[in-house]
Order: sequence, then C-alpha cells, then structure tokens
Amino acid sequence: MPMNHTSSAPLEDMPTARTANNTGQCLKVFVQRDYNEGTLVKFQTRFPAELEDRIERQAFEYTVNQLNAIYAEAEKASCSTYCKGCLACLTAYLIYICTETHYEKCLRKVAKFVVEQNERVYAPRGLLITDPTERGLRVIEISILNEPAAART
Amino acid sequence: MVKGVCYLYQPVLTEHSLEGSQENPKKMPHVTRKWEVFPGRNRFCCDGRIMMAPQTGVFYVTLCLIIGTCGLFFAYDCPYLAVKLTPAIPVVGGLLFLFVMCSLLRTSFSDPGVIPRATPDEAAYTEKQIEVPNSTNSPTYRPPPRTKEILVRGQPVKLKYCFTCKIFRPPRASHCSLCDNCVERFDHHCPWVGNCVGKRNYRYFYMFIVSLAFLCVFIFACAVTHLILLTKDNSTFLEAVKQSPGSVIVGVVCFFSVWSVLGLAGFHTYLTTSNQTTNEDIKGSFSSKRGQESFNPYSQGNVCANCCYVLCGPIPPSLIDRRGVVTGDYVAIHAHADDQDGVLSNNKSYGTVKMNQPSNGASQAGGAGPGPLPLLAQPPTHQHPHLPPLHENNSNGVHQMPLPTNPIGRGIEDMDNSSPSVSASMGISIACSPPEVANNCGTVNMTDLDMNDSVISNASSVVPLSASRLRLLQDTTMIESALDLDSLEESSVGAGSQAGLLKLSIN
Repeated sequence: MPMNHTSSAPLEDMPTARTANNTGQCLKVFVQRDYNEGTLVKFQTRFPAELEDRIERQAFEYTVNQLNAIYAEAEKASCSTYCKGCLACLTAYLIYICTETHYEKCLRKVAKFVVEQNERVYAPRGLLITDPTERGLRVIEISILNEPAAART
Repeated sequence: MVKGVCYLYQPVLTEHSLEGSQENPKKMPHVTRKWEVFPGRNRFCCDGRIMMAPQTGVFYVTLCLIIGTCGLFFAYDCPYLAVKLTPAIPVVGGLLFLFVMCSLLRTSFSDPGVIPRATPDEAAYTEKQIEVPNSTNSPTYRPPPRTKEILVRGQPVKLKYCFTCKIFRPPRASHCSLCDNCVERFDHHCPWVGNCVGKRNYRYFYMFIVSLAFLCVFIFACAVTHLILLTKDNSTFLEAVKQSPGSVIVGVVCFFSVWSVLGLAGFHTYLTTSNQTTNEDIKGSFSSKRGQESFNPYSQGNVCANCCYVLCGPIPPSLIDRRGVVTGDYVAIHAHADDQDGVLSNNKSYGTVKMNQPSNGASQAGGAGPGPLPLLAQPPTHQHPHLPPLHENNSNGVHQMPLPTNPIGRGIEDMDNSSPSVSASMGISIACSPPEVANNCGTVNMTDLDMNDSVISNASSVVPLSASRLRLLQDTTMIESALDLDSLEESSVGAGSQAGLLKLSIN
C-alpha cells in the first residue's frame, strides 16, 4: 500500500523526534457506530474534528455512506435471505460449510472498497482507513500517518 | 495461549514493544494463528476451527446422554417397531438424531459472536473521548463516566464500558464471565452445549432445542409403544421388561428430560417471537419500570417477522478471524501493555481496589505508595476454585473478589481516621459494583467512603435486593452463573458506575 510520508511537515509540538512510520505509532481517529436504528452495522457520518484540513468533508461522508450502504445490503432482511436461511436450516446448517454467505460477500466488497478508497483518496492525503472488519465492525479507524500519537496526559 | 486478562484495570499504553513482537513469528516453527493469541479463555481445537467454552465437562454429558439414549433406542426399539409397525420409525428417528447432533455440534463449535477487544489505540481514544475535563486546581482525578446512554429507535439504552475488552459494549452485547469475551446479542452461557449462545449461534441453539424436544417425545412414544406391544404379546409387563430392558431405560431418561427440554423450547420460542434474549428477559430490560414506558426497540414488529429474522436472517461472519495468520503488524497493533509499570507510572488505575495494607492507618499511610493490596491484586491467571464463576471478573474486568470484610472495613476506617492530607496522598480507587459486593461479603457498607471531600460515594443503595435475586437465581437455574448479572439492578448499576469508580489521585 502506498504511503505518503512527506505530504506535510511534521508538527512542531511533536513530543518526540520519532517520525510516524508505522501505523501503530500515529494519531488515529475512530468513527463510532450509529445505533439509532438498532444493532445493524452503521457508522456515524459526523465529521471528526481531527480530520479538518486533511480531507474534504464530502469525501469523508461519501466513504462512510458507501460503507453503510454495503453493510445495509449485507444485513438486508430480504426474501432471498430468508429463503436461504430456511434452506440452510433444512440441511441442519451443513450448507454453511461449503457456501459463502451473502454477508461474507458483502464484507469482501467492503475490503475492496476500503483498499480502493485508500489508494485514490486517503493515501495521497496522508491518511489510511482500516477495514472495519479488522476492528470487529466497531469502528472505522482512520490513521493520520504523518502525525505522531498525541502525548498522553 | 496468551492470557491477557488482568484484574487491575489498566490504562492503555499506545507504545508498542516492537522489538519483542517482531521476532515472535521467526521463533515459531509453524505459523502462529490468531486463535493462539486470542485474549479470551475459550478453548480451541483443530487449529482454531472449533471454538468452545473453557469448561466442556457438561457438554460431554449432553453428548453421552443423547448418543446413549438414541443408541439404546436404535438397538432395542427400532428393529421391533420397524417390523411390527412401519419402517418409517427408524428413518424418522435417524433423521431427527442427525439433525439434533448437527445443530448441537454447530452450536458448540462455532463462534457465538465474540466482539474482538479494542486495540490499545482505540481504547486510548475512547478514554480520551469520555474523559471529564478536570478543574485545574482540584488535586483529585475524577474518573470519567463508565456508561453512555444512547437512543435506539427513541428508546434510551445504556451502554456500559467493558473494562476487559475496553469498549463500550454495543447494545444487546454482554460480557461472558466464563469465556471472558463480550458476545454480541448475548443470550446466555450454556454449559450443556459448552459454549456461549449469542448472535451467531442462537439459531443453531434454537433448532437444537426444538429438534431435541421432538426427538425426546418421539423416542419416548416409541419406547412406550414397544413396551405396550410386548406386554400384549407376553401377557405380563415384567416379561416385556425382561425382553427389552433397553426400552425401559430409554423411557425413563426421556420421561425425565422431556419436560425440561419442552419447557426450554417453549421459552425460547417465546423469546424468538418477541426477539428478546434470555439475558434481556431475566433482567427485564423491556418491561416498564418506574413509570417509564418501555418497549423492545429491536423487535421487527410482529411475531412472524421476528421469527424469520432471528432464525433465517442474515448471519454475520465471525469477527475474530481465528484462522488468520498472526503477523508482526498484528502483534504490534494488539500488543496490550499488561505490565504493572504501566499502571504505576500512569496513576490512572481507576476501576481497581488499590490501597495499602491497612495495618495501622495513619502511620502507615504516610509512606503510602500506590502498591496494590496483595489480596486484591492477584495475578490474572489465578483462579478461585472455591468460588462459583459468578464471582470472577464478572463483566467489566474489575477485580471482583470476595473482599474480606475485615481488611476492607478496617482499611476504610483507618483512612477516615488519617488526616485528609495524608489520605489524599495515597492512590486509592475503589471499584465494587454493589451486587457483587453484597454477594461476596455480605455487608460491606460502602456508603461512608467519604475519605476526601471531593469524592462522593453513593453505592450500596439497593444491595440486599440484588443479592437475594442473585442467590435465588443461582439456586434455581443453571445458567445464572454465566449471565451478566452485574446489571440485574439498573439502579444499582447507576450507583455502581458512579461510586464504583471513585478514585483519589496520588498527585
């Protein structure tokens, strides 16, 4: 994955001289889940203050909305989902051993979308999104690659 | 298996020890998979394909009962009935048996919907978000609130912070004290199937219960029919029993198990039709209380939709990626700084009971370091075999041990006697959710914990009720120990989250 470390100068108030060359060491922003409509996977579209000046609001909102749309599709309770569920039940759920569920396909789509967004939008701005699946679908983790983690109080 | 469980709540360190973690994969002769570094207590088999609770003894009992009874049924009853009545009996019996076994194994071996723990970065971020702005002149540190109220379809829902997983538990999720994981849509921990029952395996569990009920009734009916037919042939019942002793055993086993299985199937059918979980039903989450109108915000609207959604709806994949390969990156991101230094250097160990050995108050308090009371800060792997699992690290990673009444009581008195300046110089933080306190040591009265003027404790207002309910549950059911009982009493939780986390800072 291409990472751009030189797009902006390191900030003055950096606690250490260490450059953030590892995703584990840089400032991270976490977009939380939105539970307003139940426990379906949905992320808040509120623009985090930390991303101000780093990315356009529209670009961020597009990403989150797109992700939300894919998750909504994955969890959509449609007729075909129910039919598949019934069928799986009739086979004593043995069918799940050999087939991939609709949900898994959608998560694959999410992974692809995240990679694509990183390449096109986020990496040039020194940002990196982590696939929410890797964080247990709890948060969208956005790493600000060229800013080190804030000093802990 | 790395057991990253620590009873002390520790603030999260975002520094990673990269040096140590990177050589890890090289040392291993084989690929390390993620289940090997899984922080919960689950047991894994077949290189991570199978995931079970740590104790599986009762599961084998279930297995033996079902297989044994069915074996006797196929050996004694089936040949006779197939010839005498219809060959459909062994076919139906066989199909039912296969279905029961499939759904049982599926329930037991699959991930119930474990929510992976937060990475240190995420936990630090969460902590920062909820931190209460401290007044600059105050010498004390005020802990942030540990509950968050959100609205789900207009219905207020309290999200509690999980000290073990370092996340705000999503709605309907709960922490299983036995497996030490937060589980999505937690139903209960079922020792009979040897696993938690949660979002991902509830449908398997339900199908298991229902099919088992059918199997029980079917086998019982067949065994009784067999005995009646034999009695007719031989003219005496005793003769019939002599001819087919297996049928008698099968009949007796089925007779005794059919009631509980039928009851359970009925109960879970009710839960399914209303889209509730056992956990929510026992806690009465959606019953109107204190004059407040309350409804189930997760319900799909009607009985049919609920059933369809729960039993045939989309099934989310496992989020813990048990078979994924552990890379250096993964270790770096998830490196939990569990060392004690982290706590001491940060002085942010709220959520733990942490005080000096209260031998003689004022004189000792002078030299107070923030050293944990040995009794209360035992190493994480230490189990308490004499205690039911309920008492262990119940749901929020807070150390919930049987606090001995005397030391604590004396400690508190001693603190009270010592001068405010002295006590202010000690790092004390007390976290005891009232139900556990009451359950463990009866009557520790924590109402007067006003050691420092800026710390207000209002715990233990509803202790006796919770305690008795816990006891009742424990005595009557089998799943109680696995339920997230720390939130039985909503009001006590409110008090607990405030008072349970009070802390005096060292600085």
